[in-house]
This record gives sequence, structure tokens and C-alpha cells, in this order.
Amino acid sequence: MDWSVIATHLPFLMKGLWMSVKLATLVVIFAFPLACLIAVGRISSRSWIRYPSAIFVNTMRSNPLILIVFWFFFLVPIIIGRPVGDFASVMIGFIVFFSAYFTEIIRSGIQSVGRNQIQAGLSTGLTYFQTMRMIVLPQALRNMMPALITECVIVFQGTTIAYVVGLREFLNSTFLITEITLRPAELYTFAAIVYFVVCFAGSSLARQMEKRKVRT
Amino acid sequence: MTFKYDFDWPMLLEDPYKEWIIEGVTTTIYLSLLAWVIALTIGIIIGTIRMTRSPWLRFIGTAYVEFFRNIPLLVQLFVWFFVFPLMLPHDWMLSWNRLPHIPFITALLALSLFTAARVAEHIRSGISSIPKGQFDAARSSGLTEVQIYRYVIIPYAFRVMIPTIASEFLTIFKNSALTLTIGVSEITSSAKAIEAWSFHGIEAYSVASVTYMTTTATVVLFMGWLEHRLRIPGLIAKK
Repeated sequence: MDWSVIATHLPFLMKGLWMSVKLATLVVIFAFPLACLIAVGRISSRSWIRYPSAIFVNTMRSNPLILIVFWFFFLVPIIIGRPVGDFASVMIGFIVFFSAYFTEIIRSGIQSVGRNQIQAGLSTGLTYFQTMRMIVLPQALRNMMPALITECVIVFQGTTIAYVVGLREFLNSTFLITEITLRPAELYTFAAIVYFVVCFAGSSLARQMEKRKVRT
Repeated sequence: MTFKYDFDWPMLLEDPYKEWIIEGVTTTIYLSLLAWVIALTIGIIIGTIRMTRSPWLRFIGTAYVEFFRNIPLLVQLFVWFFVFPLMLPHDWMLSWNRLPHIPFITALLALSLFTAARVAEHIRSGISSIPKGQFDAARSSGLTEVQIYRYVIIPYAFRVMIPTIASEFLTIFKNSALTLTIGVSEITSSAKAIEAWSFHGIEAYSVASVTYMTTTATVVLFMGWLEHRLRIPGLIAKK
């Protein structure tokens, strides 16, 4: 074991980690609002909105992320008509894929708020949108917070899949350094530790919130 | 916006593509089924360990779950594939390298250990969802600890856990796509290869997507039926 290889290449690896963080953050920022819209579509009473939303969610959820990434990597340039760069293609694929998972979390969050809450809101003279905004959504958000954070951790873990299309995120950077230095043991162990620390912090936070939710 | 693309669906039925597809589908199903069985076995053990009274066993169970859940599966695959053989004693390493189908074995190992952690969580929450009254009632009717689990808790918990156990099969099924990175020729890698050879990405990826989606639909339907058959009246309320 020769751990100095990590110290030598730390700047390059950290650039990769920064790329992973950036990718995950952008994906969450874009996927969440998209998922809110689809979730509302999912519980809509209009079937021409409800069915397409359901088909979208189920299609995404029954395909592996890696395949979705391949799909988008192939399709996005064809549809747009010119190459858009690896980062954009991968990011679009991730956003579409994870928005389906966020949709299900948001949907169950909204549905976890009892129907009588809506009735109570309406009967005190609030409009439907006021009821949603002031009564349902605050409770829904609190209920789904732990699941949302867990999903953010999964998004971060999912960014490793950008490796397959050669995007230089953390795992890909680690891979490139092993190709040069031929020190897979140290480097992959280091990568595993870094991922563990980040994800463990995230999932511990989710667990704390879950506990607090039970108490209140 | 221009969409220029020449579809050529019949090419999928020609060699070598047809053979790649058949090999890919078989490998995917075979790998996921095997990994699922192993994951269930290990997962049940770890999940039960976490319910025991011994703090040491509980710690081991928790450590296992946290460890495998907080490292991305792709990184775990790489660690098993590139690092694990180097950690073995020299003689073992030699015999490991002599094994046939190393990528497949590595994939099986990584997938099942990873999924076992998820199964363990489901088992634990399944058992904790059982009302305490069930334990008390079983104990007061004179059953021993083993009998309580054998006749009351497990039949009860098993039914509660059917949906999650099934969804874990689908998780493995989808996660098996990651093993293409270490050279397992499952269906996504076949699709990728067809795309690379023919540049007919839409046809190639459609084959893979259809495989995943039909399997998902089949499993979901079958489990819905099974759940209905095994339902304890009044327990799993129909919505």
C-alpha cells in the first residue's frame, strides 16, 4: 500500500468530486420542480393528464439509470440536431430519470395529508389554492423531507453512472488516475471512503429528521 | 429541430445482433435471479441479527447495512473487481484469477451483498411493523420463542414483506445493468454493442428497455396476484 499516490493526485480527484457535487446539485434543482408538476398531474382528476404522468413515471422507474443515460446520450444530439456536449446530455438524462422518483415521493407526501385537512381548510373559507399552499403543502413537505434527503443521496450515488460516458466526475477521475499510476487498491478504497462519508452524512440527516417527525 | 433517422428494425433479428440479444437477456435474468436468492438469504440473516438483544450482533448488522448502502453500487463493483483480488493472500489470488467468468462472479458477489443490505432494512421494518400484542398473545398461549417466530411472526411478517421482496428483485434486475462496466455481457451491454456496431441506437436501446419493462410489468402483476392470494383478512387492507 502506498497512499502517497492519493496525495499526489488529490487536486485532480477533488476536481472530479466537485464535478459530481455540481452534477448532483443541478439534477436536484431541476428535477424537483419538474417532479412537483408531474406529481400534481399524477393526482389530477383529469385522465388525460393523469395517464401520461403515470406512464412517464412507470417507464422511468422500470428502466435502469445507465440505460436512460445511454438513451439520452444517443438521442439528445439527434433531436437537437447538433452535439450538445457530454455534460448536457448526461444531465438531461439524470433530470428526467430522477424526476420520476421525486414525483413518487412528492405524491405520497401530498397524499399523506388527510383529506379532512383539505375539507377543514375549505370549510374555513380558504380557496383551494390557499388550502394547498397554507395547509397541505407545509405538512406534506415536512412528511416527505426524510425521503427527499434520502433521494438526494441516491442522486449523488447515481452520478457515478456518468462514468460510463466518460464524464470526468469523481469515479471517472479515480479511474483515470488508476490507469496512469496502476494503484487501484489505494485509489478505489479512497473513492469508496469519500462516497461513504458524504452519503453517510446525508442518510444520517435523513434519519434524524425521520425521528423528529415521529416525535412531533 | 431536425430529426433524421433511418429505422431498421429487422436488423435486430439478424446475426450477430440476434445472438447478442439472446445472450444479454439470458445473462441478465440468470444473474439477477441468483443474486436475488443470495441477497434474500443474507438479508434475512442480517435483518434478524439487528432485531436480537445482543448489542454486538446489532452493531454488526447496522454496520453492514450502513456500509453497503452508503457506497454507490458502481464503486462497490470496482472495489470487488479491482481491489478485492489484490487483498487476498497470494495463493488465493492465484486461484481466484483461475476462476472462469470472473466478471460474472464479481457481479454476483457485489449485487447480492449490496441488495442484502436493502433486504435487511425491509426485514427489520417488516418485523417492527408487527404489533407488540402479537408477541404477547403468542407468548401467553405458551409458545416458545422459536415457535413464536415460526408460527406467528414469520407468516405475518412474510405477507407484509412480499411487495418489498418483489421490488428488491426488480432493483437487482435494474442494477445488473451496471455490471457492463466490468465486462458482463448483460442486455444493456448488448444494446450498447449493437449501437456501437450499427449506430442504430433507437432499435438497440429499445430491445433493452422492452426487456426491463416487460419483466417489471410481469413481476408487478404476479406479486399483486400473490399478495391477494395470501392476504390475511383484515390485515393488509385493500385500498
